[in-house]
Amino acid sequence: MVENRPFNTFMAYLVLAVGVLVVAFPVYLAVLASTFDAATIINGNMPLTPGDQAAENYYRTIFVGASRSTREPVGTMMINSFVMAMGIATGKIFISILSAFAVVYFAFPFRKTAFWVIFITLMLPVEVRIYPTYKIVADLGLLDTYTGLILPLIASATGTLLFRQFFMTIPDELLEASKIDGAGPFKFFKDTLVPLSVTTMAALFVIQFIYGWNQYLWPLLITTKDSMSTIVIGIKKMITTQDALTEWQIAMTTAVLAMLPPVAVVILMQRLFVKGLVETEK
Amino acid sequence: MAEVTLTNVRKVYAGNVEAVKGVDIAVPDGGFCVLVGPSGCGKSTLLRMIAGLETITSGEIRIGDRVVNEIEPADRDIAMVFQNYALYPHMSVYDNMAYGLRNRKTPKDEIDRRVAEAARILAIEPFLQRKPRQLSGGQRQRVAMGRAIVRKPQVFLFDEPLSNLDAKLRVQMRVEIKKLQRALGVTSVYVTHDQVEAMTLSDKLVVMNGGLVEQVGVPNEVYRRPASRFVATFIGSPPMNIVPGTVEAGGRIAVAGRSIPATDLAPGIAPGTAVDVGLRPEDLEHGAADGIALPVDFVEELGAHQLFHGRLGDVEMVVQAPTGDVSHELKTLSLAIDPAKVHVFDRETGRRLGRD
Repeated sequence: MVENRPFNTFMAYLVLAVGVLVVAFPVYLAVLASTFDAATIINGNMPLTPGDQAAENYYRTIFVGASRSTREPVGTMMINSFVMAMGIATGKIFISILSAFAVVYFAFPFRKTAFWVIFITLMLPVEVRIYPTYKIVADLGLLDTYTGLILPLIASATGTLLFRQFFMTIPDELLEASKIDGAGPFKFFKDTLVPLSVTTMAALFVIQFIYGWNQYLWPLLITTKDSMSTIVIGIKKMITTQDALTEWQIAMTTAVLAMLPPVAVVILMQRLFVKGLVETEK
Repeated sequence: MAEVTLTNVRKVYAGNVEAVKGVDIAVPDGGFCVLVGPSGCGKSTLLRMIAGLETITSGEIRIGDRVVNEIEPADRDIAMVFQNYALYPHMSVYDNMAYGLRNRKTPKDEIDRRVAEAARILAIEPFLQRKPRQLSGGQRQRVAMGRAIVRKPQVFLFDEPLSNLDAKLRVQMRVEIKKLQRALGVTSVYVTHDQVEAMTLSDKLVVMNGGLVEQVGVPNEVYRRPASRFVATFIGSPPMNIVPGTVEAGGRIAVAGRSIPATDLAPGIAPGTAVDVGLRPEDLEHGAADGIALPVDFVEELGAHQLFHGRLGDVEMVVQAPTGDVSHELKTLSLAIDPAKVHVFDRETGRRLGRD
């Protein structure tokens, strides 16, 4: 639309600016709080300019951890979160692309049924099936393991659907050309489908990495050891302490650290991400 | 090099839809066979069966002396050019051509040599490192051809390869395909719905309709002696005029109140039989003293030719005449035709009633 109405433009910017403030201010506060010592935060007169405790806070948080609640260095938690998020993202891409390949390109009995069964899992996120899932994971002895953290979250249909939609847009002639060129199903998958799916994979990776990183309920349930807890759980443990003062500077530093990897993933992959969602390369 | 032989080939899809109803075609070694017909006539299905992309319900397809019914597409020693080119979008032009060879474990230097040779023939050498999307439609078409050539197959299969090109390029590529096929001498089967492509490319023309072969022949013969009303109206542009007529004694036919001789009319057809008479627009001549009178509705100027449109009773008629020969201001044409160029068809079956 080509328009030139200064007032409208001004209003649009105003609304956007207010929106940005509303979203950004708490984040700014968290970043700010991570640069002060505990006393300054607690007395309620925290200035709106950064303090001088940043180096100290970050060092302590990453390598030592809170002294009165979880005691686990946040570095470990970040590694746990990272392993979980990466595991979920890559595992899901792997499972999804294979299942979509099967559903789209192979005519096997009950193919439609298989697809619908996968589809229905969209209505069954972990929160809904939490008890049976917990029971299975516990019986398999997977509590407090990375496998236990990752596996149950991999099983869902979003990725399969995304890849299926993408595969449907690939012209059949490409498959036929591959057949004539002497490529079997696996070669077609490896040489044609996977390279063409790179942007879709990137989109799925971004979504799933953030999904995995932000998981709360599931890790809360199945991790009991501090050494296995994820950073999101860590924040929660630091804030709700029984008989000690909350170490706000550590909690806030942890919160800031927890925000960084998803932001990094989005920034690094946003070009591919957008391409994967809107563009079909032919 | 090999001949392609189809014997009573049928294709029935799920739901009992019969797409190909028993087809016999023999393409000689090095021949260029064009399958032409309207959409849904089964020509593409037939080609895909030769390629091995569709199963064969019954009948037999041979390439050389090998029955290929149960052989995988990759092992049939064929190469196919698709309508939408079907190039691998993520591979360079070089890789697109080399892919099939690599899958066959061809040695690297042999691949290099063959791709270079194909690129030279098709004049796509400057583009070898580009991706297909950086090429124009004509260039993509060449790459698709290159992918077929490097394989040195026994048979080329073309599935409407020129349909996505603009008119000018289509004419140019048509000539190049023909030249290339002549030069390489590879047996080819080519599917199109464009009768001009069909006429110009083929040395064996197969006209299909409704899953059946209507006529097989060299293009000129199909044009001059169409075996059925369908072929008559399908081949030739503008299409042949079909007017109702009645057989008279002595090899003559009554058309629009005039009696015209027809030398090719089969003897022994009872006078009084109602038939369809085919008259090509380019065979009709104006100027006879007592010809068929055609009132002219309007005239189309095509440059070299004029098309006179009119109605003869209920039937639309088109007459083609070189520009200048007949004044475009004429209100009525008086038409005559060479008796050898009168085509007579059975009104019921549509088959040609001609001398054998």
